[in-house]
Amino acid sequence: MSGHSTYEPKTGIERWLDARLPIVRLGYDSFVDYPTPRNLNYWWTFGGILSLCLASQLITGIILVMHYTPSADHAFASVEHIMRDVNYGWLLRYTHANGASMFFIAVYLHMFRGLYYGSYKPPREVLWILGCVIYLLMMATAFMGYVLPWGQMSFHGAVVITNIIGAIPVIGGPILTWLQGGFAVDNATLNRFFSLHYLLPFMIAGVVILHIWALHVVGQNNPTGIDPKSKHDTLPFTPYATVKDGFAMSVFLILFAVFVFYMPNALGHADNYIEANPLVTPSHIVPEWYFLPFYAILRAVPDKVMGVLAMFGAIGVLFALPWLDTSKVRSMRYRPMAKLYFIILLVVCVILGFCGAKLPDDQVIPGLVTGITPLDNDLNSWVWLSRLATAYYFAYFVVIMPLLGLIETPLPTPETIASPALSHPATTPAGATADAEKKG
Amino acid sequence: MTAAAGGAVAVVWPFIDQMNPAADTLALASIEFDLSKVVEGQQVVIKWRGKPVFVRNRTPKEVAAAVKDDSASMKDPQKDAERVKPGHANWLIVGGNCTHLGCVPTFGGGDYGGWFCPCHGSVYDTSGRIRKGPAPKNLVVPDYAFLSDTKVKIG
Amino acid sequence: MLRKLTLIAAALATLAAASPALASGKAKEHADIAYSFEGPFGKFDQAQLQRGYKVYREVCSACHAMKLLSFRNLGDKGGPFYDKKYGNPNDNPMVKQLATEIQVPDIDTETGDEMTRPAVPADRFPHPYKNDYAARAGNGGALPPDLSVIAKAREGGPEYLAAYLTGYEAPPAGLTVPAGQHYNAYFPGDVSAGWAGDKHHAPPGGFVAMPPQLADGKVTFDDGTKSTAHQQAVDVAAFLMWAAEPKLEERNQMGLAVMVYLILFSGLLYMSYRRVWKNESH
Repeated sequence: MSGHSTYEPKTGIERWLDARLPIVRLGYDSFVDYPTPRNLNYWWTFGGILSLCLASQLITGIILVMHYTPSADHAFASVEHIMRDVNYGWLLRYTHANGASMFFIAVYLHMFRGLYYGSYKPPREVLWILGCVIYLLMMATAFMGYVLPWGQMSFHGAVVITNIIGAIPVIGGPILTWLQGGFAVDNATLNRFFSLHYLLPFMIAGVVILHIWALHVVGQNNPTGIDPKSKHDTLPFTPYATVKDGFAMSVFLILFAVFVFYMPNALGHADNYIEANPLVTPSHIVPEWYFLPFYAILRAVPDKVMGVLAMFGAIGVLFALPWLDTSKVRSMRYRPMAKLYFIILLVVCVILGFCGAKLPDDQVIPGLVTGITPLDNDLNSWVWLSRLATAYYFAYFVVIMPLLGLIETPLPTPETIASPALSHPATTPAGATADAEKKG
Repeated sequence: MTAAAGGAVAVVWPFIDQMNPAADTLALASIEFDLSKVVEGQQVVIKWRGKPVFVRNRTPKEVAAAVKDDSASMKDPQKDAERVKPGHANWLIVGGNCTHLGCVPTFGGGDYGGWFCPCHGSVYDTSGRIRKGPAPKNLVVPDYAFLSDTKVKIG
Repeated sequence: MLRKLTLIAAALATLAAASPALASGKAKEHADIAYSFEGPFGKFDQAQLQRGYKVYREVCSACHAMKLLSFRNLGDKGGPFYDKKYGNPNDNPMVKQLATEIQVPDIDTETGDEMTRPAVPADRFPHPYKNDYAARAGNGGALPPDLSVIAKAREGGPEYLAAYLTGYEAPPAGLTVPAGQHYNAYFPGDVSAGWAGDKHHAPPGGFVAMPPQLADGKVTFDDGTKSTAHQQAVDVAAFLMWAAEPKLEERNQMGLAVMVYLILFSGLLYMSYRRVWKNESH
C-alpha cells in the first residue's frame, strides 16, 4: 500500500525542507495521495470522527483544568463555578462530559465495524491490538474523569472500581491502599486520578499515531474484505475520502450538539449533582452507559474474584481475536452463518447494557406468573439474563468464532473490489452512490 | 551489574512509595464514642479513617434472630457471640462498607432483617454476616473496647 | 445512508430509554407541569422566578442552604430580578435591596470579633446553620440538603420537586409512620418496614423527615397571584431549576444557532461529496 512517494516539492523552500525533514512528504503521502479502496462505506468514517472526538476532548479538557480545583473539599464547587461563573464554562464542561459519551458511541461503532468486516485478520493483527489498547486507555481515562466532579456517583464509582483490585488474594489489600493513597477513597485518590486523567489522553494520542502508522503499512480493509489489486480498486484519499469523512463528521456533530445544547444531562445521573458523601451510597449506583455491559458481566458471576476476572476477560478476549477467528474469508458479507451469530452478539451486548442498568434481583418481566417454579423464583431476574448473555458473549469469541471458520461454507467472493458483477452493481454513476449506501 | 540494578531499584522505590498513605493520613487516631446517644433499635454511622462505622443498638429480637442463625449455612461462618463483646450483646459495631466492593449498605433491606447493599445486592443479617449476594465476607468488626458501659474506643 | 442514520438514532433512543429506566423508585408518578423553560426554545418566566425566590426566602431558607448562589446571581441575565439597565447585577437596586434584607456573618476587621452585617450583592446566600452538626441537631438528626443544584440532583427535576412538596398525603390504613417522620407519596423511598400487609405490595412513596411546609396563603405574592400551596410549590420548583441551571436560556439560544449552522454545513458538504464522487463508481 505504501508504495513509493509521488510527492514532488514545488518551491525552493519545500525542496530545502524535504531534504532535511520530509514532513510535508509524510503528510502528502498519508492524507492526500494515499490510496483508499473505492468501495468504503460510511462505517469507515468513524476513524476520522474519532480523531475529532479526541481533539475536542483534549482542547476542552485542557481549558477546564484552568478553572478546576482538584481537592476533595473544592472539586464539586469548582465544577459548579465553571458552570455558573466562567464565561462559556457551561459550554466547555457539557461538551467535555457529553464528548466522552460521543467518543464511546463512535468507538463502539468503529469496533463493531472491524468485527463485522474482519478488519482484525492478517495482516492487520497489530492494527487491531493497538486499537484495543486505545480502547483500554479510553476506559481508564473516562473512569478517572468521571471521578473528578466529586459527586456521589463519582465517589462511589471510584470506591467500587478501586475495590476490584482488593479482590486479588493476599496482596490485594496493600495494593488497594497503595492505589487509594489511604484507607478509603479520599483527597489523595482524587488528586492522583486527576493527574492520570490529564496524562492518559496524551498516551492515547501516541497510540493513535501508532494505530494510523500501522494502518498505512497494511492498508485499509474494505467491505468486500479482499485486497486491492490494481489502481482501479483505489482512489486517492484527497478529495474522495476527505470529503466523505467531512460530511460524516458534520452529521455526527449535529448529534453531539443535540446532546450538549438540549439534553446535556440525559446521559448522566442525577445523583452526581449531590456532593460526595462517604457515609451514604446512592440507592442505585450504576456506571456511565458505556461501561454497563462490563458491569453486568461483573455482577453476573456470584463469586467476587471470578466476577472481576470475567469482566477483564471480556476485554482481554478482544486482544486474542485475530487468532480465534479461523475463517479464510474476511468480510461477513460472504459469511451468512457468521453474520447471524454477529447480529446475536450485537443484541447480546445491548441486553448486557440493560442488565447493567437494572437492579440484579428485579424481575425482567414484572409480575410474570407461569406456574413453573424456577422461572417464577429466580430465573426471571436481570442477574440470570445477564448470566445467559455473558455466556453467549464468551462463547461467541472462544467457541463460535473458531468453529465457524472450520465448518462454514462462505459465499463466493468477487475477484476484485472494482469488479461490478459481485461487489456492487455500479452502472450508472448517479444512482451508484445511493445504491451503494443502502448496501453497506 | 548488581550495583546498577540496586541503584535502579533505589531510584524507582521513592516513585512507587509516594503513592502509599501520607503521614497525615496514617496519623488518624482512634476515636471514642458515647453510646448513650443511641437508643434501642437505632443505628448511628460514625466516620473512622474516612470510612463509615455502624454502631447499632440491637433489639432483643434482633439478637435472638442472629443467635438462632448461628448454625445456618453461611459463606463466612461465625457465631454472633464472636462478633460482639461479652456482656454487650446488644451492641453491634461493624465497618459500614460492603465487603464486596465497598459500598455502604442500608439497614432494613433484604430478607434477613439486617443490611442490604444497593450496589450489587449483598444481604447481611442482624449480626452483619453475609447471607446472600456476591460479598465474600461478613461486615468487618473493627478493633474496639468498652471503656465503660456507655463509652467505646474504636481503633 | 438513511438506514444507517435510523440505526444510529434507534441505538441512541434505546440508550435514552435506558437512563430513565434507572429510576425504578417505588413512588407515585409525578404530574406533568407545563413549565415555560421546557423544550428547545424554553425561557424562564421571570415573574414565576420572583415568586419562587420569595417562597425560598420566606419558607425554605429557614433550614436549607443554597451555598452556590450569591445575591448577585438574582440579577444575572435570565435571573429573577434581571434588569436590562444594569448589565452588572451588582448595580441592580432590586438586588441590592434584597441583599441588605439579609444579615451575613463576617469578621470585624478592627477587633477581629465575629459580627453580622447586611449582605451586599457579592455575598453568598448565608447558611441557616453554623455547620452540618447544628443543622442535624435542629432537625431531629436529618440534614436538610443544600438546594443549589437540587433540581438536577433529583430524577424528575422541578416537576418531581413540586409534586414532592405537596405530596404529603394521609398515610394509607395499615402503614405505621415512624416517630419524627412523615409519609410522602412521591418520595422514592421504601415504606415496607412500616407496612402491615404484604411486603411486596407496600404503598408507594417513602418516609421523610421534613414536615409539610407549604400551605394556602403562607406566602403573599407581590404580583397578586393567588397563593395556593400548589402555586407555591410550582413556583419554588421553577426557581430551583433556575438556580441549578442558570445558563439554560443562553444554552438554548446558542443551540439554535449551532444547529442551523451545522445542518447547512452538512448540506453543503453532502453536495460537494456528490460532486467529487460523480464520476466514480463505488
